[in-house]
Amino acid sequence: MADSPRVALFVTCLVDLFRPTVGFAAVKLLEEAGCRVEVPAAQTCCGQPAFNSGDRDNAKALARQVIDVFKGFDYVVVPSGSCGGMIKTHYPELFATDPIMADVANALAAKTFELVSFLTDVMKCDHIAARYDGVATYHDACSGLRELGIKDQPRRLLKGVEGLTLKEMATPEVCCGFGGTFCVKYPEISDKMVSDKVADIVATGADTLLCGDMGCLLNMAGKQSRLGKSIRVRHVAEVLAGMTDTTPPIAAPREKR
Amino acid sequence: MQPTSHDFKANAHRALGDPNLQRAMDMMRTGFPVNRAAAIARLPEFDALRDEGIAIKNHVIANLDFYLETFEKNVVAQGGKVHWCRDAAQARETILGICRDAGAKTVTKGKSMVSEEIALNDYLEANGVTPVETDLGEYIVQIRHETPSHIIAPAVHLVKEQVAESFRATHTHLPPDRPLDEARVMCDEARTVLRAKFLSADIGITGANFLIAETGSSIIVTNEGNGDLTQTLPKAHIVLASLEKVVPTLEDASTLLRLLARSATGQEFSTYTTVSTGPRRADDTDGPAAYHVVLLDNGRTALLGGEFQDMLRCIRCAACLNHCPVYGAVGGHAYGWVYSGPMGAVLTPSLIGIEEAGNLPNASTFCGRCESVCPMRIPLPRMMRSWREREFARRLSPQAQRWGLAVWAYVARRPRLYRWVSAMTSHILSLVGGTRGRFRTLPLVAGWTDTRDMPAPEGRSFMSQWAAREKRS
Ligand code: SF4
Repeated sequence: MADSPRVALFVTCLVDLFRPTVGFAAVKLLEEAGCRVEVPAAQTCCGQPAFNSGDRDNAKALARQVIDVFKGFDYVVVPSGSCGGMIKTHYPELFATDPIMADVANALAAKTFELVSFLTDVMKCDHIAARYDGVATYHDACSGLRELGIKDQPRRLLKGVEGLTLKEMATPEVCCGFGGTFCVKYPEISDKMVSDKVADIVATGADTLLCGDMGCLLNMAGKQSRLGKSIRVRHVAEVLAGMTDTTPPIAAPREKR
Repeated sequence: MQPTSHDFKANAHRALGDPNLQRAMDMMRTGFPVNRAAAIARLPEFDALRDEGIAIKNHVIANLDFYLETFEKNVVAQGGKVHWCRDAAQARETILGICRDAGAKTVTKGKSMVSEEIALNDYLEANGVTPVETDLGEYIVQIRHETPSHIIAPAVHLVKEQVAESFRATHTHLPPDRPLDEARVMCDEARTVLRAKFLSADIGITGANFLIAETGSSIIVTNEGNGDLTQTLPKAHIVLASLEKVVPTLEDASTLLRLLARSATGQEFSTYTTVSTGPRRADDTDGPAAYHVVLLDNGRTALLGGEFQDMLRCIRCAACLNHCPVYGAVGGHAYGWVYSGPMGAVLTPSLIGIEEAGNLPNASTFCGRCESVCPMRIPLPRMMRSWREREFARRLSPQAQRWGLAVWAYVARRPRLYRWVSAMTSHILSLVGGTRGRFRTLPLVAGWTDTRDMPAPEGRSFMSQWAAREKRS
């Protein structure tokens, strides 16, 4: 294993708090792809909430913290296009005029990847053996799609999952209305957007909704649950890692322990 | 127009509850994007064309003074006149002055957002000159005493039943029980009514999609041909344009026109592209006797050299509106001023102030679809974020939000504290959530839980589970 890459997992706030299974799924997928995985304990948040709220000072402070914690690894992998996009596209922007930080920010950006695209584009996985019985539709989370160009990668891997059929919704690339703080700052507009999204999902007849970002997943899962639908909502990593038996879908009832 | 951008939330609330508007928006959301995508699929070199267009605009912005002066020189050489106007008031007065000198009673108007920006119609009317909008959409909003809700499709917020109603209320000389349920029929009716107005107008006012420096010409594109009648029939033609519309050559304009039509409506080219150069010459069979260009700054030059300079590349194609999920949810009027959607969210604060328009750059999920379709690749989300930074620096953002952010950042900057908070929160929430797996109400996020459930955390936080696992191994 000496030449297998040393990969740090950037867990992300929402996975840490809401959906640890996604973190374990990421570790499993990375290890199976031949990586040595570490989870630095000093990690917190990538700083995106501050950045998008116009608070550059806190955004920079958090970015510095992330750079510090993660700079020593071969790769940094993030199970989210949104947090991944923050590190990959916005850290260089944050430090563009800072001659010292610019280099380290660019260096970290260059080795940071969203989980699924890391598996396909860097580790060159074309097939992951997994089984999932269901008809799934895939939502393209905005940052992953437009900042990182993630579109085909998850679909390619999902096609290899035994028992799973992919059925596209009409507008998989339209935002679900989460938008970080947007969903609490403009809840009515956000609700309209997620209502349209759920209608689009329901129209496919799929029983499962997959996506690579926890924010969008919480939003869509919460809406479909409020509407009384019983679509199984999961992070794509859970399916690829074959970890759907160990935990119920997002927002679904759990068995008594 | 008195801005209501500060009331964006209330405006949006009304819009979301308006069934006609929602029906109209449903149609818009599907129509425009599909047509644009098809047009671009037919032109493989679209992206290369984009780069060419951007280079043209960037070059002009870097040499704006030169091209504007060249433009003026050539307008004058063709027998026309250029009026340089610093702000809206000066532009209004200049136009009224031209109308007065010509003894004009009525003016016909082609579609012009700059005319909305300077609130020209109200001003002319108050001063005894009657403006008649001749673009069908503009005409509809004018007779309804509304403003355009979209920069290229002014009446896109209406369904055809509402238009029929307005036609019956306005065209009272026609039989009240005439059938008006088809768009074609309404179009013909408007055409007949407008024909008389074209013929009686003293002055025609149009906007400009482009001003051509090398020839001193102005270009407009329409799909109805109304612009041609507006500018050729009356005695004088006034072109009202903001100064960033200038491009060096006709060749440059044609590059941009190819981008414009595809991005806007998915057409290869607009139905009518009209180039006007100076007033009627001795051997011309028709045309206006006078040709004026009212060149408006109104805050544009203040954008030069700053973080919003790229906005001056905008060719007003409306692709960003057509693809914006927020615009698609609430329509253009909710934005509370002339420009709406992503381009409005960036431009409006710089034209009427961030104090009034602060909501607009905030009401975005940063989904980035606007930037991805913008033919000029204007970094709209980045610029909205720049506005948020200015707001934050000036403490204009809501206090609760600022405090929430400060508390969160305090914790996030202290990894041990953060791990503890995260472990506690996920633990408590998952216990409270119990076997339901979700919350129907949750304090602090009522905006969310009013309309959707909040999924409950699975159990202990990832980091605490991971730490326990590491300890074991
Ligand atoms: S910002 Fe871009 S997409 Fe929007 S109107 Fe201007 S040119 Fe078109």
